[in-house]
Amino acid sequence: MRSSGPIEAGLPGDTPSGVAAAAGAVADPREAEFQALIDTDQRIEPRDWMPDAYRKTLIRQIAQHAHSEIIGMQPEGNWITRAPSLRRKAILMAKVQDEAGHGLYLYCAAETLGVDRAELIDLLHQGRQKYSSIFNYPTLTWADVGAIGWLVDGAAITNQIPLCRCSFGPYARAMVRVCKEESFHQRQGFELLYALSHGTPAQDAMAQDAVDRWWWPSLEMLGPPDAESPHSAQSMAWGIKRFSNDALRQRFVDMVAPQAVVLGLTPPDPELRWNEERGHYDFGACDFEELRRVVGGDGPCNRRRAAHHLKAHEDGAWVREAAAAYAAKHAATTAAA
Amino acid sequence: MTLVVAGAAAVYTLRIADDCLVLSHRLAQWSSWAPALEDDVALTNIALDLLGQARAMYARTAELDGTGRSEDDYAFMREEREFVNCQLVEQENGDFARTIVRQLLCSTWQLSQWQALTTSTDAQVAAVAARAVKEAAYHRDHATDWTLRLGDGTDESHRRMETALDTLWPFVDELFESDPVTRDVVTSGVGPDPETLRREWDAYVGHVLADATLTVPESSWKPSGGRRGLHTEPFGYMLAEMQHLHRSFPGVTW
Amino acid sequence: MSEETPAPLWEVFIRSKRGLSHNHVGSLHAPDAEMALRNARDVYTRRMEGVSIWVVPSASVTASSPDEKDSFFDPAADKPYRHPTFYSIPKEVQQL
Repeated sequence: MRSSGPIEAGLPGDTPSGVAAAAGAVADPREAEFQALIDTDQRIEPRDWMPDAYRKTLIRQIAQHAHSEIIGMQPEGNWITRAPSLRRKAILMAKVQDEAGHGLYLYCAAETLGVDRAELIDLLHQGRQKYSSIFNYPTLTWADVGAIGWLVDGAAITNQIPLCRCSFGPYARAMVRVCKEESFHQRQGFELLYALSHGTPAQDAMAQDAVDRWWWPSLEMLGPPDAESPHSAQSMAWGIKRFSNDALRQRFVDMVAPQAVVLGLTPPDPELRWNEERGHYDFGACDFEELRRVVGGDGPCNRRRAAHHLKAHEDGAWVREAAAAYAAKHAATTAAA
Repeated sequence: MTLVVAGAAAVYTLRIADDCLVLSHRLAQWSSWAPALEDDVALTNIALDLLGQARAMYARTAELDGTGRSEDDYAFMREEREFVNCQLVEQENGDFARTIVRQLLCSTWQLSQWQALTTSTDAQVAAVAARAVKEAAYHRDHATDWTLRLGDGTDESHRRMETALDTLWPFVDELFESDPVTRDVVTSGVGPDPETLRREWDAYVGHVLADATLTVPESSWKPSGGRRGLHTEPFGYMLAEMQHLHRSFPGVTW
Repeated sequence: MSEETPAPLWEVFIRSKRGLSHNHVGSLHAPDAEMALRNARDVYTRRMEGVSIWVVPSASVTASSPDEKDSFFDPAADKPYRHPTFYSIPKEVQQL
């Protein structure tokens, strides 16, 4: 559900992961076959030959997508115990649970490429794999839950629908399953905000405040501008990325701008307006310096998110070990029988 | 808001609703903290089931007590002394062992209670029970699977399970207490005599613990009082967190 | 690198209703078959009733080679479609 893909690609200082074989190296003859599959919009499956760089890029992208789902459980889960009605509580619990499930599907898709989930978790803990920067922001009020549903899930959907046609079969299929289950997430966020913006003045103010804080980070979530994403071209050639960051951003704004009108909430962008000539919304410039800072580790919640995930993992070690020990004991018993 | 006791049946259904709500809330606290993602999903499933049961029973209670209160009125607008859940469900999660032990003890009891309630003379309660038995059976099986794995896993997991059992066992007796309310619902056929559920419970739990190489604890301390609104100290903190936002904006729609 | 032995991987097949066949829906980790079934119910069916679930250790799946007309691929029948060797990542690599 969460978009992780473009964030780390193309930021200055990053080592390119998607660079093809160095000039002068002999191309593998199987590469032509592989590229032909992609060019005819067929799926690459785990047992197919694939360039090393394709495998590496996909592992990273899918893993970071999975990490995003899991880390994303934290800011929203933050309000489960304080949900202001039983109905909202049930909805939020189900939504956060969906995110866990999506993480699961994605880790399993990544594993088909020859890594183990435990390795990927380790990389996350070491900071060598990342997650979507949007989850480094705090959920300060109940309205933030709605803003995440409406804006963050909206941006994620914008990124995910094209991924349903990604060239790698397991990832594409995971995305189809995710998109199906996610149909209610954005709608629930919208509905939550609608109830607030059409409630008391205090509720309306809460909703507006949340939108003020989540609007720009949601736009930035779709990644750095095309000019700063040199690896996008390779990802597109490989059918991993279908649309550029800027194209996705425009699509997202075109979707949510009219929704904001229905909500009666004002996005914090004085330049946001419909451009009849272009047939799209004009909007202001994102602060990509901020995105860089947050991706680099200096967002409001980076340390908290990381510590939480690490602690949960470490606290659970004895449980996982016990389950393995029990399985081993009983496998031995069965074998001896 | 003062508690209006319109009749024993209303108090009885309220007890069940409170049991489910409080246990659901405790389980929901595990979100993003579980030992593995699969367990996060499983615990939330159980919490969602229990929340659904709570909501259904609050709805029935409102009809029975004649106040027409909403489920949110019950959950968010009552004081600590008005909640009538048993003390076991409000116990803090502790580590995964304590949560699993609490689940084993509760689900086994809830399953037998829901089974009895499928033949309640109150048609609505029977309808809720028909669905809840399947859920409770799953909850009990989940807790059983984990009890076996943690009890008969490693030395550490075994030790943690023994500690958890020692901590929670004293709260078991309250589950099977009878009082004027339960005697009334037995007479009217709305619900079973709690004491009659004990033998089956002892047999099942005893069997699971034995398989898990765990010892059935003994306790001289037998706390009680939840049914009379006397709770343990952690409960107040749980309610404060749960109710704060709702109470900050009285009467609004969310 | 974690010192824990990861729980084994299982492939999950679901038959959503009578008359249909089991379909592969994905995979999950579990320490043993019973937990794998339970996890599969929780994750892949969200506990819908009337659903039949098979779980198979990934290591037990034997796969054919794709595109057998192409001699590029190793024709020997191989183990699961998940590569059996862990893909180890040298520490010097900044990104995977």
